[in-house]
Amino acid sequence: MADASRGADIPAGADSGGVLSAYTRLLVAQIRSQTQYRLSFLADVVSTCLMSLLDIVAVLVLFRVTPALGGFSGRQVLVMAAMALLAFSLSDLLVGNVERLRFYIRTGLFDVVLLRPLSALGQLLVIDFAPRRTGRVVQALVILAVALFLVDIDWSVARVAILVVTPLAGSLIFASIFVAGATVAFWWVESGELANAFTYGGRDFTTYPVSVYSGWFRRLFAYGLGFAFVAYYPALFLLDVPDPLGAPIWLGWGTPVVALLAMTVAACVWRTGVRHYRSTGS
Amino acid sequence: MGLDVRAFLALTSAGFRRWSTYRQATAAAVFTNSVFGFLKTYVLLAVALGAGGAAVGYDGPMLVSFVWLGQGLIGVVMLWGWTDLADRVRTGDVVADLLRPVNPLWTYLAADLGRAGYATLTRFLIPVAVGLVYFDFFLPTRPASYALFTVSVALAVLVSFTFRYLVNLTAFWLLDVRGVMLLAQLMMGALSGLYLPIRFLPDWCENVLWYLTPFPSMLQAPLDIYVEYGGIGTQLAIVSGQLAWVVVGFTACGWLQRRAAWKLVIQGG
Amino acid sequence: MAYRGPALPQYGFLKVPEGQSRRAVAIIEAEELRKEFVVWRKVGRLRRQRQVVSAVDGVSLRVEQGETLGYLGPNGAGKSTTLKMFTGVLAPSSGRLRVCGLEPVSRRVQLTRQIGVVFGQRSQLWWDLPLRDSFALLRHVFRIPQAEHAARLAQCRELLGLDEFLDTPVRQLSLGQRMRGELTAALLHGPRVLFLDEPTIGLDVVSKQAVRAFLTQLRDQGEVTVVLTTHDLADIERLCRRLVIIDHGRVVHDGSLEALHARYGSRRRVVVDLDAPWEQVPGLSGAVVEAVEAEGHRVTFSLAEGVTAGHVITQLAGYAALRDISIVEPDIEEVIARLYAASDDARSVASG
Repeated sequence: MADASRGADIPAGADSGGVLSAYTRLLVAQIRSQTQYRLSFLADVVSTCLMSLLDIVAVLVLFRVTPALGGFSGRQVLVMAAMALLAFSLSDLLVGNVERLRFYIRTGLFDVVLLRPLSALGQLLVIDFAPRRTGRVVQALVILAVALFLVDIDWSVARVAILVVTPLAGSLIFASIFVAGATVAFWWVESGELANAFTYGGRDFTTYPVSVYSGWFRRLFAYGLGFAFVAYYPALFLLDVPDPLGAPIWLGWGTPVVALLAMTVAACVWRTGVRHYRSTGS
Repeated sequence: MGLDVRAFLALTSAGFRRWSTYRQATAAAVFTNSVFGFLKTYVLLAVALGAGGAAVGYDGPMLVSFVWLGQGLIGVVMLWGWTDLADRVRTGDVVADLLRPVNPLWTYLAADLGRAGYATLTRFLIPVAVGLVYFDFFLPTRPASYALFTVSVALAVLVSFTFRYLVNLTAFWLLDVRGVMLLAQLMMGALSGLYLPIRFLPDWCENVLWYLTPFPSMLQAPLDIYVEYGGIGTQLAIVSGQLAWVVVGFTACGWLQRRAAWKLVIQGG
Repeated sequence: MAYRGPALPQYGFLKVPEGQSRRAVAIIEAEELRKEFVVWRKVGRLRRQRQVVSAVDGVSLRVEQGETLGYLGPNGAGKSTTLKMFTGVLAPSSGRLRVCGLEPVSRRVQLTRQIGVVFGQRSQLWWDLPLRDSFALLRHVFRIPQAEHAARLAQCRELLGLDEFLDTPVRQLSLGQRMRGELTAALLHGPRVLFLDEPTIGLDVVSKQAVRAFLTQLRDQGEVTVVLTTHDLADIERLCRRLVIIDHGRVVHDGSLEALHARYGSRRRVVVDLDAPWEQVPGLSGAVVEAVEAEGHRVTFSLAEGVTAGHVITQLAGYAALRDISIVEPDIEEVIARLYAASDDARSVASG
């Protein structure tokens, strides 16, 4: 699907801004149409906040029952959970609506997407943008702040850098999983739930230290899918605590690299999916 | 009740067959349930380890069984996603249901039992098999436990059905039932023992849930019976509790449905 | 919403790329277009067998700029599949295809600027926002210069009577209103080809007339090529000078409506109502008695090819007891039905 010649035929005198302006307008339109349903909107915000609060409450409840998890204390695990939650909330905000691909394929609306001079993925991300998800991001930020307050961190420039970069890079890792998972719809429209195992499963995985898991399962999720880099290694770096599994501490810097890798793979999977759709109809 | 045994069985078998056509969705659900099974098992095993071998009376193997049977039962008990009645209320088709000489409560129940039957063959057996293969499963020491477990699962399906039915009935009064559904799903998930055993919560919390809400009867109950938590006395108490909730549930459904039918007749829907 | 005089387009509905002469290249060139799907059919109770189904089986077509083409065929004939291939949504299995000189699959984004598509059953408009906003958004999506966009929108507003519902959210529009909005949306960026997939399906009579009047205008201007897929034969009769009929993935007719009638021997009829039945039905030159109904009070004559109605009526005028005469044009439905049947026979002969 070579869209290389996209710019070649824009008429001289097109004064409506660049491609970015097109996406921005679509985004603004989506936000406006969402806020039409004000009561539903409010109810949505409240319930999504409650849902993500549940993750943290779960961690707290577990620590009522045990003093340590995978060799880490409650406050340390809270830092990991909070970082994971922030990364996930960010990615859910940006990319979470790509799950709607199933709906678009089933109703034939994906064809309408293909008939516009914009990238299909770009349109999908913007069309169903859900502003209510910003609530969760704010909430996650607050929880992270509290978690960091409860632990003793020896702050340095490096640590601050990791703190800022990790949630962003981590959200890109989640985003890649979201996109790759949604792509399943191009082949099996009914199996949407499949992706949940890796998107929401990934979120649960990253909430707890990797030392909790073992065997091929850990290898698959932590290293194969790169989830260990979302919160675990960066948290180890922040907390200055050695890895019970023996990995070096500088792996905390690996998150952006893994994110880049993940995005490349997701982009390839997406392209393959669209190509498959265009060769078999639906 | 207007429905004889043969008709009831016919409806049940129809429900079974309907759900057996959702092959892809069932396969995807089984896969997802299994992955989450792995996640939860590892976390809870680490909890048990950190607590010195057992947490609140649950040791490793007990927790393993708790998780995998729980994952298997999600599909059977159907903790979320049932909107059949609410959909029909929204489109107005429910009038046809209420005009029939049979109480729709029983027809929907029959269909749901059919669904639960299909789910038992697929969404229950497969995750349990996976858990058995990969982990150290707890096996009940008393044969009575198996029988009580089966009874408890049946009761759990009934309790869940009545609760879901009640939530769907609110569609008669609320235009947009999505918010209530979301809240109901949240509660059913969190408070029934799906995320973690309820006994991990503080005592007061636990007691409020057991005695004042039907949620533990939907999932935690059969699981606790299986792992023989507390002995035969506790098992029997749990089953009695479930029975009580079944009675309460059906009574509430019957009452609310009469009010709904009344509203339809008086106000014209 | 009356059509008020010929439109004087300042920008017209056509945007001609610089340096490209109007008559140089055919708008659509399809050679031996094929599309095959792999289908898993149930064999017995449990097993599935892999089958290759040919949805489009060697379609060759050449459409010149400015033509208005009717694309017709029974359900499952391959109409939608062909349309999807033309618009770049679906990739052909084999064959050569150029639309506006571009290969649809590899030049998707470029092609979308040159074509407009109206689906009967899928909407391109933004559901929750007023119609006006959809048009504004499309300006940005297609990067249309402000002045051009405004001029085209003004023309469409006038021709289609959009003003009364321009500010209504799309989800509240009737089907007829929505279809008028879709037509506008498809033309705002000045495409060279307009593809319409069942545009009048489900529309009330008034809206149908509005849409047909608009399309007739487009046709008469001769700048935009229109490809119309439809089941509604009245659309075909009124709008299309050229008709392509597709059945089982193959083109079975490509020509004018008259040619269709000629080829399948459809006859015009003269129906005579009598006060009193004839004892003997007169033999007329150039006409054959087709039916006698109502105990002889109604006689239908079928005209031979090339015979005018005037010739037959003149002969009839001599006979008394005529009460009423009417001329019945050949029924296109009947012709098409016969055509489908003929092509079915041809296929079974070929395969049998």
